[in-house]
Amino acid sequence: MSAQLAAYTTSTGEAFQFWVLGTVAVIGALCTVFMKKAVHSALCLAGTMIVLAVFYLANGAYFLGIVQIVVYTGAIMMLFLFVVMLVGVTAADSLKETIKGQRWLALLCGVGFGVLLLVGIGNASLKEFTGTGRANANGNVEGLASLIFTKYVFAFEITGALLITAAVGAMVLTHRERTERAKTQRELSEQRVREGTHVPPLPAPGVYARHNAVDIAGLLPDGTPSELTVNKTLRERGQIRDVSAEALGELRALEQRSEERLERTEIEPATFKRPEEASK
Amino acid sequence: MENLIALLIAAPLLGAAVLLVGGRRLDRVGHWVGTLLSATSFVFGLILFVDLLGKNAEHRTLIKHLFTWVPVAGFQADVTFRLDQLSMTFVLLITGVGSLIHLYSVGYMEHDERRRRFFGYLNLFLAAMLLLVLADNYLLLYVGWEGVGLASYLLIGFWQHKPSAATAAKKAFLVNRVGDMGLSIAIMLMFTTFGGFAFGPVLSHATEASEGKLTAIGLMLLLAACGKSAQVPLQSWLGDAMEGPTPVSALIHAATMVTAGVYLIVRSGAIFNAAPDAQLAVTVVGAVTLLFGAIVGCAKDDIKKALAGSTMSQIGYMVLAAGLGPIGYVFAIMHLVTHGFFKAGLFLGAGSVMHGMNDEVDMRKYGGLRTYMPVTFITFGLGYLAIIGFPGLSGFFSKDKIIEAAFAKGGTEGWILGGAALLGAAITAFYMTRVMLMTFFGEKRWQPDENGNEPHPHESPRVMTIPMIVLAVGSVFGGAFFSIGDRFLHWLEPVTGHSEGHSPVGAWTVTGATMVCLLIGVGIAWAQYGRKPVPAVAPRGSLLTRAARRDLLQDDFNHVVLVRGGEHLTRSLVYVDHTLVDGVVNGTAAGFGGLSGRLRRLQNGFARSYAVSMFGGAALLVAATLLMRAV
Amino acid sequence: MNPVNYLYLAALLFTIGATGVLIRRNAIVVFMCIELMLNACNLAFVTFSRMHGNLDGQIIAFFTMVVAAAEVVVGLAIIVSLFRTRHSASVDDASLMKL
Repeated sequence: MSAQLAAYTTSTGEAFQFWVLGTVAVIGALCTVFMKKAVHSALCLAGTMIVLAVFYLANGAYFLGIVQIVVYTGAIMMLFLFVVMLVGVTAADSLKETIKGQRWLALLCGVGFGVLLLVGIGNASLKEFTGTGRANANGNVEGLASLIFTKYVFAFEITGALLITAAVGAMVLTHRERTERAKTQRELSEQRVREGTHVPPLPAPGVYARHNAVDIAGLLPDGTPSELTVNKTLRERGQIRDVSAEALGELRALEQRSEERLERTEIEPATFKRPEEASK
Repeated sequence: MENLIALLIAAPLLGAAVLLVGGRRLDRVGHWVGTLLSATSFVFGLILFVDLLGKNAEHRTLIKHLFTWVPVAGFQADVTFRLDQLSMTFVLLITGVGSLIHLYSVGYMEHDERRRRFFGYLNLFLAAMLLLVLADNYLLLYVGWEGVGLASYLLIGFWQHKPSAATAAKKAFLVNRVGDMGLSIAIMLMFTTFGGFAFGPVLSHATEASEGKLTAIGLMLLLAACGKSAQVPLQSWLGDAMEGPTPVSALIHAATMVTAGVYLIVRSGAIFNAAPDAQLAVTVVGAVTLLFGAIVGCAKDDIKKALAGSTMSQIGYMVLAAGLGPIGYVFAIMHLVTHGFFKAGLFLGAGSVMHGMNDEVDMRKYGGLRTYMPVTFITFGLGYLAIIGFPGLSGFFSKDKIIEAAFAKGGTEGWILGGAALLGAAITAFYMTRVMLMTFFGEKRWQPDENGNEPHPHESPRVMTIPMIVLAVGSVFGGAFFSIGDRFLHWLEPVTGHSEGHSPVGAWTVTGATMVCLLIGVGIAWAQYGRKPVPAVAPRGSLLTRAARRDLLQDDFNHVVLVRGGEHLTRSLVYVDHTLVDGVVNGTAAGFGGLSGRLRRLQNGFARSYAVSMFGGAALLVAATLLMRAV
Repeated sequence: MNPVNYLYLAALLFTIGATGVLIRRNAIVVFMCIELMLNACNLAFVTFSRMHGNLDGQIIAFFTMVVAAAEVVVGLAIIVSLFRTRHSASVDDASLMKL
């Protein structure tokens, strides 16, 4: 393998790998940019990163390849996904541009910059590849370690400090200082009684709806969904799934079956009748 | 003895301070305090004079260094006094005539409730004038120069409740500023040329400087003299200055302050001697002014304004003489002194007449006053004879010498200047005879005023007549006293220098011609005002008369040329300011405003727009780098 | 195949990421695009490391990863707090200073 790395050209295997996975990486990157939903973008980016990890490995950077998978794809991208969930996993962005001329300028700059970079690389005489064979002779991790703890020890220490600072900073940013004492349960119940708003506990979702997912509203006896049953965060995001029509349809089918079984006719109470428009 | 020089100035200065700061409680004694301090100064002057007489002619210069005023390296200004024969002459004239006029004012201003203030101002004037003539450098002289200007302003506008007086004071001050500017420029030129402005170094090194510079200094000094001495073209203020109380007109605007210009020219004689062009300018100014003032004096019906024209004319004689150089300096000063006597006497007489005539100044409403106020008539008459140059009286000696010296200038200039001086003598005789006849002879022409108060002409109190008598004695005998044995010449010669002029015509011829001119002038005046009754209302008169009544259109000239010109200049400057300067400024501002309005759109607040700029910039940098590598 | 192709790929990915930063409004996606750019750089560094035959490029890539991690932590915290106050993750909404 080291012999191959030292050559000016790579092995056919690596070339094949490059063209296949490189295509995947570019497609992943483009999807990252152009997917409407943030969660899809995140997944595409994760794919691109895994491809890059493979490339690291192919370039003799074994440690970095593994770190790329473990830290980047495993940790950082998961962090992204968490935040995406926090913000709203189903919320889709409109890709319609609002700033006049922004898209064209961006494309112009991007294409121009890309062309310049490619021309620059093409102009550079990068014919000679030493390969990492000799550098990795004592093992890639050992080589990196000897560099990190000797030549780059200060940078290493400083990045450590940076990480701690970043962690503390993130905590500070997301931590909300309470300006008043949190109300106890007793106080909250007293307040509810005093104000006369919904004294008993809120109804659970899914009741009378034959579902138990948190985003499905429970149905009232007349078949309309009750928003009270859904979590406030989901309500605000508008992420309530309305299943009342199916529920009513199933109920009707059940009643019909029981009627057939009991051989009864026309005892459907008026209260269970529901206007068609309410099912929407 | 030198300390007395400082005391000489200190006495009236103290008087001014006490009287002006002292307030009302001094109202009852203020006038006597002022007079006493003025007299004290005169006594000091006499003591110093006697002291000087006791010394050799070469050692008659006393220097008193009081303190260093501006002790800066390269710029030394000292408060140093110089008392020499020239200063001494002025000191005696100023304090002597000044004291007499103080005394006169005690009577004249008796009914004025601001009399104390008046005496304070008079004392202030005396102190400033003494400082002017005693200063040993031009900078200190300038202090005195401005001081007398201030005192003159205060005294002309003393009756500030009269708008005309307030205006006249402002006019005098403003016109004098022009002259003061000349003096300050002259001092600056001296400093750059000679590195100092003390009399000694400047005057003794005068010949070492280039003639161009000396001419510039001389012309600037002449400008200063024109302003202070009311010479053409800065003469317009003197006539209006007669709005002040009559003692002021007598002391400041006849006898002393207006002669400061002559003093300045004579004192700077060394500079003028080395700058013939400047000297010629001085003589021209003098000759023009002596005719100008005389012509104005002929047409005025206001007795004080007629005398003011006469003053202008007589100072013109002095300036003419001063411009003649060493042949004229002594006679300029001699005429100055004799003029100080007779003109002060004439003004005091005029004041006495006004005093008796309810402050009426129009001579057409006088007439036949000789019987009502005999002392005034006699003293005024002696002053009159002196000024027209009646043989034997003081004006005869001094004026005759000047005319002689003018002829002695030589060449065409000499003939022109001499002719002008002779013509001036004739006109002087005419207008003075006119004043005399209209005031004291003929029929009485006064009428009750609109309130029905008929004036009751009466002789003035003794406190007023005594100064008049003393001055009349001076006018009669001064000239003879100075001239017999050339006393005055020998007295002043060490300071001013003197050279005998070589007149193309003989001395007696000049005297004879002067006499003829005198007789012609008197004769015409007699024919016009003595034989015929004087009309109570002024006839329309010829074009020249009407122009002379308007001061030969001097104010119209100033108005058209200076005021209108200034207005047009200002207006055009305002126009330029509004269109050009403001246009550029506002245009720039508007341009930047518009540009900012456009550029502001780039600052739209969207982070992504900024990111595009950043990215575009990075692309440009990459492009530049590649380009540089390719090149 | 010449390994320089890796550099071309890195340049391409970088450009795609940069363009994404410019045209996406969702702050999270913008962030992902930035990560993409960083990764593209890392790929270039690793390739350079191979080119020169020493491990310094890999070290730089390693540090880039660390810094990127720190950046993501802080950036996402910012996004979260932004979302809390403005109920939106759009970078265009945070434009209080626009005219």
